[in-house]
Order: sequence, then structure tokens, then C-alpha cells
Amino acid sequence: MQGGKYLADGKSQSLFRDKPIKVLLAKPGIDGHDRGMFVLARAFRDAGMDVLYAGLLPTPEDVVNTAVNEDVDVVALSLLNGAHLTVFKKVMDLMKERGIDDISVVGGGTIPDHDRPKLEKMGITGNYGPGTPLKVIIDHITERAAEARQKKNRI
Amino acid sequence: MQSRDYYSRKLNELKSRHSGNPDRERWRRETLAPWNQKTGYGGKEYRNSSEIPIHEIYTPGDLPPDYDKKELGLPGEYPFTRGIYPNMYRGKLWTMRMFSGFGTPEDTNRRLKYLISHGESGLSIAFDMPTLYGYDCDNPRADGEIGRCGVNISSLKDMETLFRGIDLSKISTSMTINAPAAVLTAMYVAIAKKQKVPLDSISGTVQADILKEYIAQKEWMYPPEAHIRIIRDMMTYCSVNLPKWNYISISGYHIREAGSSAAQELAFTLADGFYYIDLGMKAGLPVEKFAPRLSFFFNSSIDFFEEIAKMRAARRIWATVLKEKYDVNDPRSLLMRFHTQTSGYTLTWQQPINNIIRTTIEAMAGVLGGTQSLHTNSYDEAWALPSEEAVKIALRTQQIIAEESGIPATIDPLGGSYYVEWLTNQMEEKAYEYFDRIEKMGGMLEAIKKGYIQKEIAATSYRRQMRIESGEEVMVGANKYQDSSEKPIGILKISKKAQDAQIARLKKVKITRDKAKVDAILGRLEDAMRDPEENLMPHYLEAVEAYCTLEEISNAGRKVFGGWKEPVIV
Repeated sequence: MQGGKYLADGKSQSLFRDKPIKVLLAKPGIDGHDRGMFVLARAFRDAGMDVLYAGLLPTPEDVVNTAVNEDVDVVALSLLNGAHLTVFKKVMDLMKERGIDDISVVGGGTIPDHDRPKLEKMGITGNYGPGTPLKVIIDHITERAAEARQKKNRI
Repeated sequence: MQSRDYYSRKLNELKSRHSGNPDRERWRRETLAPWNQKTGYGGKEYRNSSEIPIHEIYTPGDLPPDYDKKELGLPGEYPFTRGIYPNMYRGKLWTMRMFSGFGTPEDTNRRLKYLISHGESGLSIAFDMPTLYGYDCDNPRADGEIGRCGVNISSLKDMETLFRGIDLSKISTSMTINAPAAVLTAMYVAIAKKQKVPLDSISGTVQADILKEYIAQKEWMYPPEAHIRIIRDMMTYCSVNLPKWNYISISGYHIREAGSSAAQELAFTLADGFYYIDLGMKAGLPVEKFAPRLSFFFNSSIDFFEEIAKMRAARRIWATVLKEKYDVNDPRSLLMRFHTQTSGYTLTWQQPINNIIRTTIEAMAGVLGGTQSLHTNSYDEAWALPSEEAVKIALRTQQIIAEESGIPATIDPLGGSYYVEWLTNQMEEKAYEYFDRIEKMGGMLEAIKKGYIQKEIAATSYRRQMRIESGEEVMVGANKYQDSSEKPIGILKISKKAQDAQIARLKKVKITRDKAKVDAILGRLEDAMRDPEENLMPHYLEAVEAYCTLEEISNAGRKVFGGWKEPVIV
């Protein structure tokens, strides 16, 4: 049993839960290291998110198409093969080309410190390395999903 | 003699030999409990990665009375628990084989020569991701990936450069390549022919263990049946032409890195091994011809005794099943030879120098487990491919164990430890439980195609991650003893120039070769692929020698065999 709740002005009184955060997990390069992806997929699901996994070796085009078709809030990219600067950029370029700004993009993998600002500049945030606590990643996705939702609801 | 229900009968036999230990029960009651009460110790449960609960103490009561004679034996004697050779490291140290490859073939050629000059005794080549998946360096999908995770090989020209100045008759080479393993074997043969080294004297290994690709590493090009047919062709071809070539390295390493427990690594790797035994037999090869050419590759992780027990159990299971289930009597066919690599996933990104210590412990476990060759990871490998300085320390780690520690002087020095023997038995039992379950599912290939093996591993991996998150499992520097004053380490950077150089070389190859000949050969290769009775190896050799590229050769198969989508497990 949950007691009544005070609401801020304009907040919905609906008893149904908000639509869960929808995340697409993708490794958009030639990289089969998927242990971390499977862990994240389960952890995100346990955190109440709606999780999609792009499968093995999707191209940047595949990733952007799926993200748009499924209308996700966040695309979470991971690479452990050192190609993040080239390949993550391709995903961002495609999104820009197609005028998509209501989907947030986050990154992770074996990303050296000196590459992080370069990715941030492209609009890819997070860029977490191995050993990052799941809570940090989940909080970051939640934050970036809220941004995306705001943009989706702007009309 | 392929006996039905062998695994479930064997499991029952093992279980009947392992019972409780009354000595420990008495000691717990009379000595331990009062002590704990007096000191206020509430007790703590220890479990290893295989979910085996670890007792406080082990005694002779943990082993059956005839254990020494029946399960343990002596080195070089069945069932080989104590080692496959009578004199083990007294006769010959393990081969120090450092997995290396990055950038262009020139870069890697320099690294190989550097390692040889520092006392490395065997080569081990790492390829980049496009090569592992059979894509050339000029494929748009490969942009940004050339030379990043290993050396790039797009045609025989690259392979010639890679081995320039290295005499193939003097050194053995291990190549970590799976989906295109037959093509890389053909390239190695072509280089040997150019160097005028007789083919029956070249020695080395290709990984070519495609089953574990579908389980863990996920590097395939075609459906499983097509790759299995190519492996069969390699087995048949090599048993005649390359008698010293190890054409499959049955690998648990990747299964473990994908998050399995030690017991799962043991069980799934051996189940793969038995599948290849069945494959060779079905191809009509005499077992004493091909079984001695199968080698294994294990992970050595951080739980010291669990790893040692795993390796000892692996040797014993392999010999026992081949003898009892497959009726193999040729002594050489019963020997499990294996390579060991220290664990990648235990290395931390944080405080990376600590990784030297982890690698040392893991390398010692490999040696005490009786490995035939060893790769030690470099401390910077959570970050990138190793720098020259880091790889030298990793090699020195092995040299210190070999030449200073005194460990190699005694064969299986932990043999007879009540704990290690008990744990070896426990690991063995866990493996037979899986063999039985897999057999009932219709065999290993079926279990993989259904996603059963992958799901088992993912579940273990998730459980471990939860334990790390909660702090129950400690990773020093990562989830305990963090240090915010850490300074970044220098790491190896791969320049994008490697990609440009590779593309330029490939362009030149394509201009200078005989295009009509290339087309004709690729056409014949496709025809051969359509005929399951045809052996593909001579066709691969013809193709690489005419400078058909890796991707052109791989695409012939993509056309004929199609691709494969993995079962959904998330």
C-alpha cells in the first residue's frame, strides 16, 4: 500500500506508471565482446527500463534505423576494439544528417582518458570504462533519457 | 565403442566415491565450534566461481582410500592427473608464448623479433577484428578498426611481410584465428613453400575452434554446419600434409572471459573437444592420427586453487572419456596438451600496476596446473594493446617463475594436498553433470544452437557482476581501496596511418595480380564449397597463392553457405 502523494502543478494524476525508459544497446563495429552488454541489458531491465539489444555486428546505419523505428530514448554504444572514435562518430553523423535530436547517445568500453573529451564534444556522454558501478551508468542513462523525453514532448 | 548413457553412469560412479568426511565433522564439533564460540567468530561461507562451498580444512577422509592408485596416478601415466609427461618441466619448460599483433604486418614483425630477442620461445599472432571476421582492410565497415586489436592481414602479401626474416623451420607459430582459420593455414603453408621449408616440419596451431565462437567470442562468418565442414577438411588435409600442425585449439579461454565459472569453462570446453573427436571419427580418420593434434587452451584466473584443480581435472577427464567411452588405447591420443593465458577480466582499469601481481598469481596457477605453454597478460591490457615495456614485464614474470622460484623442480608439487585433490574431484563431478545434461539435449551443437550454453554463461556472469557491485567479491582498486590520486599510464597508440598503409598495399596487390586467374580460382572454390565431399584446403591454397584476398575467399562462402543469427538470450 502506498499513501497519497502531493503533486507539482501540471503533473499527471494517472495511477499508471510512466512509459518506461527505452534503451537500445549496440556495438556498432566489428566487435563481438558482448559480456558487458548482456550484463547491462539485465541490469537496465531490473531497473525498470525497456531494453533492446542490436545483436552482433550492426552497422551504424542499422543502429540509427532501429533507434528511430523503435523511438528509443537513449542509444547506449559500446566498443572494446579501439574503434570508438571512428565508429561512434559515424552514428552521431547519421543522427545529425537525419535531424534526430530527441534521442540521447551515451558510450562505454575501453575508452582511454584522452579520447573522452573528443566523444563528449560529439555529444556522446558517459564513456564509462570497465569497473564502473552499474548504478553510475543507470543514473546517467536516466538523466539522459529525461533530456530526450523533454525534447520528444516539446510540441 | 560409444556407450550410451556413459556420462550419467560415470557421474554416479564418481558420486559413490565421494562421501562426507566424519573426521572433519568430529573436529568441527569438538574443537572448532567451542573455539568460535569463545572468540565470537560467527563463521563465513566461502564459495569459488564454480559455486563449490569451500570447507575450513581437508583431511585424508575427503578422498576415497584407493584414490592414489585409481584417480591420481603418476606423471606420464594414465589418467594423467599429475601431468602428461614423465619429467614435466625438468625435461622441458613450458613454451613462453606472448600473444602479439598490432598495426601493420611491419609493426608486428618488429614486435615478434623484439620478443624473440628477449627469450620468447614460440610465436603467437593476434589479428585485428576485420581479419577475424574475414573482411579486407578496404571494406568500409573496417574503417577505424585496422590494426587496433591485432595485426591486419588482407592477403598473402601481408603474411609475407609479417614473417619476413623469421625462419619457419626454427620456431612454432600459434595463430588466434577461427572463422577464416583454413585460409590463414593456407597462407602459412604458402610462406613455408616460399621459404623452402618442408611442410612436414612446420609446426604451429590455428585456433579454429568454431563451437566456442558461437558460445562466447562470437566470431563466425557462416552457419555452424558450414564451419564444421571446413574444420573437417582441415583435419583430413593436415593429417596427411602437415603432420605437426595443430589444427584445432579447443578453447575455454573465451568461454571464461565471456563470464563463465571455472567449472563451466571446463565442462563446455571438453564437451567441444568430444564433439571434434566425433567429427574426426565420422570423417573416417583413425583416432590415433588426429587426437594427438588436438590441443586445448585454458584461462587461468585469480582463484588459485580452483584453477589448478580445473586443469588437473581436465587432463583426467580427457584421458578417461577417450579411453572408456571412445575405446581409445593409443597413449599419445590420451594426452591433453594445453596452452594457458592469464585472465583478462580480472585485470582492473584502476591502479593498473596491481595487474602485474594478479598476472603473477595466475601464471603460477598455470604452471602448477601443468600447462605446456603460457601467455602472461601485460598490466596495461585493461586499457589497450600492451606497450613494449609492459609486455617485457609480463615475459619476465614467466622467466622469474621458471628460473628463480624453484617451482619447476618438482612435478605437480600440489599433488596429494587433500584440498587440491578434493577440489579436482569436485570440478570433475561438475563437468560430468554438464556432459550428461548436454547429451540429453541432443549434443553440444544442439545445446549451442538453442542458446542453452550461452544462457548458462550469461547467468553466471550476471551473478558475479552483482557480487562485485555489492562488494561481496573484491577487486582491489576498483571496488575497494580506490585511490583518487591515480595518474594515467602511458599506453600504446595505434595510428590511423596503419590503415592507410594497409589499404595502399592491398590496392597494389589487386593491380599486379592476374585478375582472370583470380576469378577462375574463386569460381572453382565456390563449386567446391557446394560439393560437401570436396576438400576445400587445396582450393584455399590455390586461392591465397594467386593473391585472392581474405574477403574475396570469405565471400565465396558467404554466397554458398549464408550467414548465422545467434539465438536470443537477453
